[in-house]
Amino acid sequence: MSTDHHRESFLTKYIFSTDHKIIGLQYGITSLVWLLFGFTLMMIMRYQLAYPESPIPFVGALLGEGGILPSEVYNSLGAMHGTIMIFLGVVPLAFGAFGNYFLPLQIGTIDMAFPKLNAASYWIYFLGSVVMVIGFFVPGGAANSGWTSYPPLADIATMGQTVWLFGMVFLITSSLLGSVNILVTVIQLRAEGMTWMKLPIFTWTQFITAFLLLLAFPPLEAAGILQLMDRLVGTSFFMPSGLVVSGEILKYTGGGSPLLWQHLFWFLAHPEVYVLILPAFGIVTEIVANNTRKPIWGYKSMVYAMVFLGFMSFIVWAHHMYLTGMGTTIGAFFQTTTMIISIPSVVILTTLFLSLWGGSIRFNTPMLFALGFIPMFGIGGLTGLPLGLAAADIHLHDTYYVIGHFHYVVAPGTIFALFAGIYYWFPKMTGKRTNETLGKLHFFFSFIFMNGVFMPMFVQGLAGVSRRLWDGGEIYAHAADVLYLNEVMSVSAWLLGLTQIFFIVNMIISLRGKKTGEVNPWGATTIEWTDTTSPPLAHGNFEIVPSVYRGPYEYNVPGADKDFTPQSEKG
Amino acid sequence: MADLTPEQVKHHVKIYVMVFVALAFLTIVTVAISYLDLGVKASVALALFVASIKGSLVACYFMHLIDEKITIYWTLLVTAAMFMVLLFVPLSAMLAHTKI
Amino acid sequence: MDIPYTVKDRPDTGLYNGKLGIWLFLASEVMLFGGLFSAYIFLRTGVDTWPIGADILNVPLATLNTLFLITSSVTMVMSWASLKLKDLAKFKLYAGLTLLLACGFLIVKYFEYTHKFHVGLFPSTNTFLGIYFTMTGLHVLHIIGGIIVIFYFWMPGSKMWKSDPERFTNRIEIVGLYWHFVDLVWIFLFPVLYLL
Repeated sequence: MSTDHHRESFLTKYIFSTDHKIIGLQYGITSLVWLLFGFTLMMIMRYQLAYPESPIPFVGALLGEGGILPSEVYNSLGAMHGTIMIFLGVVPLAFGAFGNYFLPLQIGTIDMAFPKLNAASYWIYFLGSVVMVIGFFVPGGAANSGWTSYPPLADIATMGQTVWLFGMVFLITSSLLGSVNILVTVIQLRAEGMTWMKLPIFTWTQFITAFLLLLAFPPLEAAGILQLMDRLVGTSFFMPSGLVVSGEILKYTGGGSPLLWQHLFWFLAHPEVYVLILPAFGIVTEIVANNTRKPIWGYKSMVYAMVFLGFMSFIVWAHHMYLTGMGTTIGAFFQTTTMIISIPSVVILTTLFLSLWGGSIRFNTPMLFALGFIPMFGIGGLTGLPLGLAAADIHLHDTYYVIGHFHYVVAPGTIFALFAGIYYWFPKMTGKRTNETLGKLHFFFSFIFMNGVFMPMFVQGLAGVSRRLWDGGEIYAHAADVLYLNEVMSVSAWLLGLTQIFFIVNMIISLRGKKTGEVNPWGATTIEWTDTTSPPLAHGNFEIVPSVYRGPYEYNVPGADKDFTPQSEKG
Repeated sequence: MADLTPEQVKHHVKIYVMVFVALAFLTIVTVAISYLDLGVKASVALALFVASIKGSLVACYFMHLIDEKITIYWTLLVTAAMFMVLLFVPLSAMLAHTKI
Repeated sequence: MDIPYTVKDRPDTGLYNGKLGIWLFLASEVMLFGGLFSAYIFLRTGVDTWPIGADILNVPLATLNTLFLITSSVTMVMSWASLKLKDLAKFKLYAGLTLLLACGFLIVKYFEYTHKFHVGLFPSTNTFLGIYFTMTGLHVLHIIGGIIVIFYFWMPGSKMWKSDPERFTNRIEIVGLYWHFVDLVWIFLFPVLYLL
């Protein structure tokens, strides 16, 4: 695969590029757009939840009579919000964008192992995302059976569900190609001297995430095929016998099981949540080490904990299914594994926390987001414990408590880590600096409003307010005392949305700013900072391919002349 | 695999032919034993056992697994473990029905 | 600068990139067919009665298909061995035979499927037929994919033999690994669906 400079058209150089940095940027920009879109869907829904009888401004007329969302439309927005945020937003950003751009640079190589496959995986993702959104325009609207698409409802839902299934096939394919690429790249293309225990934690997390995606997604693809067969060909994989809908017996032969879907779905979807968090752990670790000017406390513990977490993530899935009547033996099994899996998470969070001790902390924008991540993920993780215990879950399952729990880990959790990564690596990608004032404003207001949106959800959930209610629980007596929180959460959500303007403006003015000429403005030790130009070369990444002589976080080594010693510096 | 001599390749070819004969024979065996009335559990176990032997022959000799190094073994070990977990799904459903 | 280990093996892993890549891809395929096998077991153990495969399906035809695939696996690995012995003509012979046998499999499957439809047996008729058509259908799609790739290397792609023979040989090895896997799936699918 030589880089002879045959004449490259604009198309092959920028649009169908096989260069991992351009592909990383493509993933990054596309996923950020989808994140904004998915968030907008929620902002619309939250208007109805706060003010159930008022017409929704601006878009209300398009979505429902009198500007009120009918329940099917509300359900569509809900199902698509989840689907878009996870599969079109967070994972492509965390894994496709950051992974593709920085992993080859961090391990000291010139590109991913399969550049053409890499380009293919991006374009398949792009196509898949377009297919997903086309669902909004088909008769009956987009998928409306939750992002979890449970049959029997999903089997008999409107056309949008079929579109969702086809979209998922594209997205899963893209993910599989990306995973193979990351795994082969890490195993085969590490620079001379880059042994496994010298890998930066960011690279470790991408590696483990790739394994999870490789082995966990295919059963969902199998389930998707079975649901497509049910919907298009009339099989009864998920349809029980004798199902009656609206007074009519359905024309399915029956003999199927809705539980089968749940098992296959959660077999993916549980590892998927570790896919959502692992890259965030990686990014936060890089930034914490860099801004405390000392090595991470417990590098080995962190690595072993993450590997263990990866394995355990495959055997906890049925904690999403405690209320399906599985019996106490199986419930006990999954409860045990679920409690065990909280241990590596605690180890990882503790190593991050202890890494701050005795550090010379710099409170720049990336570090603020990384520091914010730690307690927010802590809340998310701790609130997961009652959900993991089958007895408590009886009360909390399918309530707003669950929504609060998982949003804490993903929103002020992962998304904060992703923002941290953008601010941290911006100088490497562009050779320019972001505006610190705007960055800090972005952080402080986002932090406040994230808590404003999600903390009240625990209160509502404990009161028994169910999730996915199109009127926010208005008709239920048990919700009456906590209904006022809907307005609090909605206003926080809209202000959170407005706060992102700080970020967007920052990106625009920083991109138009002057190049600083600095290669390593943060004084970092990992080799994406030390041996490349800023931004890295269009072809080949390194002027001289580095060799690695030391670990990834050698800050303040006694006797050294600088407060950081790059990995590629000879001993 | 990149540095096989012609003699080594010819030796491999001999093995391929032997494996082919074994596979063809085992296919006949598979069909033949299906006519025996052994009861459900024994039939399933025996059929899967024979299929596993055939599968192992394909993997070890046609796919050169027997010559491969540790990286591939690790990949397959992890995959096999996850595959076993996946089969736990229906087993757990069976147990759930019988153990409430 | 070229990407390392595209053709030569990396010393500590003993692999070139493409070979590791295809094994990882096959790992994901194990999980895909595994999901369907798991569904089969789940559905079958969830009901009191299950049809006898041999009564509904054609065991002799499927046995023939099994022999077709096993033979095609041999011819596939022989085509790779021929390249190792620097014999392009033999490669083309064996690759061609592989394609012939694969098409034979497809033809038998075509007759099997159309016969079922003719007598009114469809995927929607019962769960057994549903899982039969789905699993063999997905397997057929994999066979078709394999045929397309093998045909490409048999015809236009074979010109890489002149410019980079070692890389071409590796590509055939990789295709072969995929093809053996497709055979492996059938080795399990055949007894499970037809004989149990």
